[in-house]
Amino acid sequence: MDEPIIKIEKLRIEYRSRELGAPVKVAVKDLSLEVHKGEVFGFLGPNGAGKTSTMNVLLGFLPPAGGRASIFGVDVRQPIARQRIGYLPELTYYYKFLTAEELLRFYGRIFNLPQAELARRIDAVLKLVGLEEARGRLIKTYSKGMQQRVGLAQALINDPDLLILDEPTSGLDPVGRMQVRQIIQRLHSEGKTIFYSSHELGEVETVCDRVAVMHKGELKVQGKVEDLIRQFKGNLEEVFLKAIGYVPAENQTPESSPANT
Amino acid sequence: MIRNIQAVAGVVLREMLRRKDFYVVLVLSFLLVGLMAASRFFSADKAVASLKDAALLIIWISAFVIAVTSAARQIPAECESGTIFPLLAKPITRTEVLLGKFMGCWLACGVALAVFYAFLTIFSASRAHTMPGAIFFQAFWAHWILLGLIISLALLGSLVFAAPSSNTTICLVALAGLWLLGGHLNHIALRMTEPGSTLVYILYYILPHVELFDLRRLVVHDYPAVPWLMWAAQTLYGLTYTAALLVIGCTLFQRKSLR
Repeated sequence: MDEPIIKIEKLRIEYRSRELGAPVKVAVKDLSLEVHKGEVFGFLGPNGAGKTSTMNVLLGFLPPAGGRASIFGVDVRQPIARQRIGYLPELTYYYKFLTAEELLRFYGRIFNLPQAELARRIDAVLKLVGLEEARGRLIKTYSKGMQQRVGLAQALINDPDLLILDEPTSGLDPVGRMQVRQIIQRLHSEGKTIFYSSHELGEVETVCDRVAVMHKGELKVQGKVEDLIRQFKGNLEEVFLKAIGYVPAENQTPESSPANT
Repeated sequence: MIRNIQAVAGVVLREMLRRKDFYVVLVLSFLLVGLMAASRFFSADKAVASLKDAALLIIWISAFVIAVTSAARQIPAECESGTIFPLLAKPITRTEVLLGKFMGCWLACGVALAVFYAFLTIFSASRAHTMPGAIFFQAFWAHWILLGLIISLALLGSLVFAAPSSNTTICLVALAGLWLLGGHLNHIALRMTEPGSTLVYILYYILPHVELFDLRRLVVHDYPAVPWLMWAAQTLYGLTYTAALLVIGCTLFQRKSLR
């Protein structure tokens, strides 16, 4: 089998409080997973499951408390590991005093793209996300959907081999969601590897090859979408709910109610 | 490394040149000096010297405000808007980001300072009917070196104090203290008892002497330029403190948890 694009081994993430005597909060415990070339990998879990913390380690924002993580075989703490990555954070407001074109030129310079190549990439990504008309306008004049699309454009400026997307359709209207989904599917067809966090399970089911479900910092289940659907005898939403141990209110006993979890 | 620092500095420059508050401070400063000149605020025999003195004081205060407010918000604004995350997800180190922020603020303040001093040069030449000498350039240079130190202090403060407003207030108070009291700490120490006296002496030798960069009196009274060797030593003194503050800032930024 080929070398994994993302490799996480026994990852542990902790948050220490500045208050004396406050307990250490464990955000992720012993997480191990691999993402292979050309896969769209869905990283799922309820709020507070440890998804964003894991992404923060992959991107070098947080040091792991234990275990290791590598991208393209390079330790994630090395800046060079991020040379072939595109990252779209959840709901980011980009520099409002720049135009989309200026923003992309700034990020492109960090990737050391030659001038001609950068100009070509800017044209290509702005066309891909449908912002050609607005390329010269200040970002502060953009709608929420346009901001998300400029975010996607910046994630693609270096023609990355790996895309890390954190809730890429969060806050978008149905048309915006469909457009982002189409872009992801197109990138998938171009052979890009996509590591994708979302709460939109229908969308994940449509675009992902494999998924992992996290809950309270632990990996509950991972596998191919069709295998999990077969194994859990339901759609991805049911797989997700069963994996995190959710019991509907009408079936709850005093022991299984959320107050006791 | 240089490429990344230049890229970040370019964005900071663009931001400052597109912000209204930058121009408001410039216009207000010009208006104040212009009004004083037009209303014969000072007696005729000392009019030019007094106007230069007042103009330089306004320039000093305005430059302090521009430097501190612009540097203090750089990193907190990146964290608050979340732009720090897509930026650091690229092949750039935190040290490069901080140095880029420093360079951008320092260059923008240098541009503002150049405009201020150009205005003062024209104003002075039109009133005194003589072109100002090398002391004008030395005063500008010393001021710009000091602004580098102030910007690095404000950037360091922004990594310690979360709110830009509290950082700005603390930096401005600390600067005012250094400016007004820094040069007199040794005299204060002489009148104190131990161990306070030793502590104040230590502060006297450790803290940067902001007053060394204040060449206003020499400009106002048309003194000749200070010896160039002394000028170079003053530059080195300022750059050493700036570098030390930046090293501490980079170390803190490396350890700062970003969530």
